[in-house]
Amino acid sequence: MRLGAVTTPAAADTAAFDDLVRERSIVVCCGSGGVGKTTTAAVVALEGARRGRRTVVVTIDPARRLADALGLAGLSDTPSRIDGDWPGELWATMLDTKSTFDSLVAKYASTPEQGRRILANRFYRNISGALSGTQEYMAMEKLYELHEESNFDLVVVDTPPTRNALDFLDAPRRLSRFLEHRLFRMLVAPSRGMLKAVNVAAQAFLRTVSRVVGGEVVDDAIAFFQAFEGMEEGFRQRAARVNELLAADGTAFVLVASPRRDTVDEAHFFADRLREAGITVRGLIVNRVHPRFGAGLPEAVAERAATLAGSDIGALYANLADFELVASREHGHVAGLAAAVAPAPMAWVPFLRSDVHDIDGMAQVADHIFTR
Amino acid sequence: MAGKGGVGKTTVSATVARAAALCGLSTLVVEVEGKSGLAAMFGRRSLGYDEVVLAAGGGPDGAADVRARTLTADNALVEYLKDHGLSRVSQRLVSSGALDIVATAAPGIKDILLLGKVKQIERSGVADLVILDAPAAGHAITFLQSARSLLDSVGVGPINAQARDVLELLEDHQRCQVMLVTVPEETPVNEAAETAFSLEDKVGIGLGPIVVNAVYPHVDGLDTDPVAAAAAAGVTLRPGEAEALASAASFRRDRLTLQDEQLSRLADQLPLPQLRLPFLFTTEIGPAELDRLARALLADIDALARLPL
Repeated sequence: MRLGAVTTPAAADTAAFDDLVRERSIVVCCGSGGVGKTTTAAVVALEGARRGRRTVVVTIDPARRLADALGLAGLSDTPSRIDGDWPGELWATMLDTKSTFDSLVAKYASTPEQGRRILANRFYRNISGALSGTQEYMAMEKLYELHEESNFDLVVVDTPPTRNALDFLDAPRRLSRFLEHRLFRMLVAPSRGMLKAVNVAAQAFLRTVSRVVGGEVVDDAIAFFQAFEGMEEGFRQRAARVNELLAADGTAFVLVASPRRDTVDEAHFFADRLREAGITVRGLIVNRVHPRFGAGLPEAVAERAATLAGSDIGALYANLADFELVASREHGHVAGLAAAVAPAPMAWVPFLRSDVHDIDGMAQVADHIFTR
Repeated sequence: MAGKGGVGKTTVSATVARAAALCGLSTLVVEVEGKSGLAAMFGRRSLGYDEVVLAAGGGPDGAADVRARTLTADNALVEYLKDHGLSRVSQRLVSSGALDIVATAAPGIKDILLLGKVKQIERSGVADLVILDAPAAGHAITFLQSARSLLDSVGVGPINAQARDVLELLEDHQRCQVMLVTVPEETPVNEAAETAFSLEDKVGIGLGPIVVNAVYPHVDGLDTDPVAAAAAAGVTLRPGEAEALASAASFRRDRLTLQDEQLSRLADQLPLPQLRLPFLFTTEIGPAELDRLARALLADIDALARLPL
């Protein structure tokens, strides 16, 4: 399929993307849902392997055919290796929030008995599915674990497609706040000799909650917080180390976007939040860009189409005008975004013939990002 | 309205709302993710918990109102507790972050609070049609499933009653249906089909027509050679123009072929009527674009209604 002339990538941009996969040890792909983040993460990882590095990609809920291509057909929490004709290694894994959390609990439990009590608790079993931010936190935890403990040169991570897709920045802090919640302090207070007045307030509070959701549910929660006691500190320290790693020099954040107005707005919002968190965007990848076919002004082409309406050449002009118009708008939106994240390099990835669901498809996308 | 991220679910929600209003139905769009996109499509700035009018009815086109509001679990909880005589603790429960703990203790409670509020809105009759712009596909299933799962974990009390009411609404196909949104591409088509079956099996909810968004309109004359076509019309092409016209035509032909493949795959996988919205070759939807989409939707609905059963 001819894709038309998409802006040829500038040599300086592709060289900067080359550096990312050659020199960094972590690449985090972030952006809003539906912009091709998972695919982009896989493409970046593949390029790492092609450049001789031992690379792993952590994906979050990939589309089935991409999962198959990455050897992720069965749900597996441990990375599996993808064989291919490249000098490095390519490994892939899918985030399993629950089992990542379980191993963290096992790691920080002071006794195996404490670990067992927590894992069996119904309130705990709900956390990975119900507490917002947990998936984001576990994605970062997995990244930390792979980086620290598995001897990979490059860890590429996809981020969950939540509305607040940058929750992972706050998630460790949020979870520790949750685990050290004031209510929790009150719940375990009897053994700590806190003021009686606090206990009365806690009791009143619990009665209210029980009236709404039922006493059994509240008992589960209390049992969880009691079982968890003493582990908060370990969790907090671990979360602090994860945050340090995210802010370290070896870590690069890549913003993934599509050229529509609303997703570009959202990407601006991400860029701002990353900046507030002291994190620099190291690259911008814009997927699904419409090609530009001519150099004329879209309005002029549209005018010509209108004058010639009714003839074949008029139809051809009208079609060209459609694409010139949408492409020029897309370029307009993206130019502002590129300026906002400058001097980060930027790559345009055009519409492709079909969805990317094999190594060949990933290699095609990579041609638009890295030096060839 | 439910669909995977990036397929234009909010655009389609706005389109259906505008189309319903053009038919004289007063419409309320309920949004639960705090996105600003919806208001912008009607040329307004933002939404809040309180209802705002996005498009006032009563104009020359005879349209009814389109209104909208954002619901959050926190607000819904405060309101719920107030309605149940617990206003004294409600604010504290929310501001202390204790809702997080309650939500973890009883998963789905946030969802049930939101759906309970939607049910209350429906029952109050403030609008002829309520459109819920639901969370993205994967989450939409859990969201709509929340009533059933809560009934399992919370056996008694007001939340249990709330869950029963919500389930009754979801299972009543006269009162409530899901419209799935997708685009004519491989992964979105697969996911729409999977979501449809999950919704039917796990939630027992009725499915309305599926909306295929961003469909390239067919154009005649894309097969002609630009040079010959120009000569036939007595037009002189500028340098490079023949090639630009030819590549653009070939690109559209290729996309149309791919699109037709996906549309027929969708029809094979999912026995639901399809409504198609055109891709507008623009990057943002404002009131004018929304009107074009709404009229296209109504034309498609008319065509569908004329099909022999």
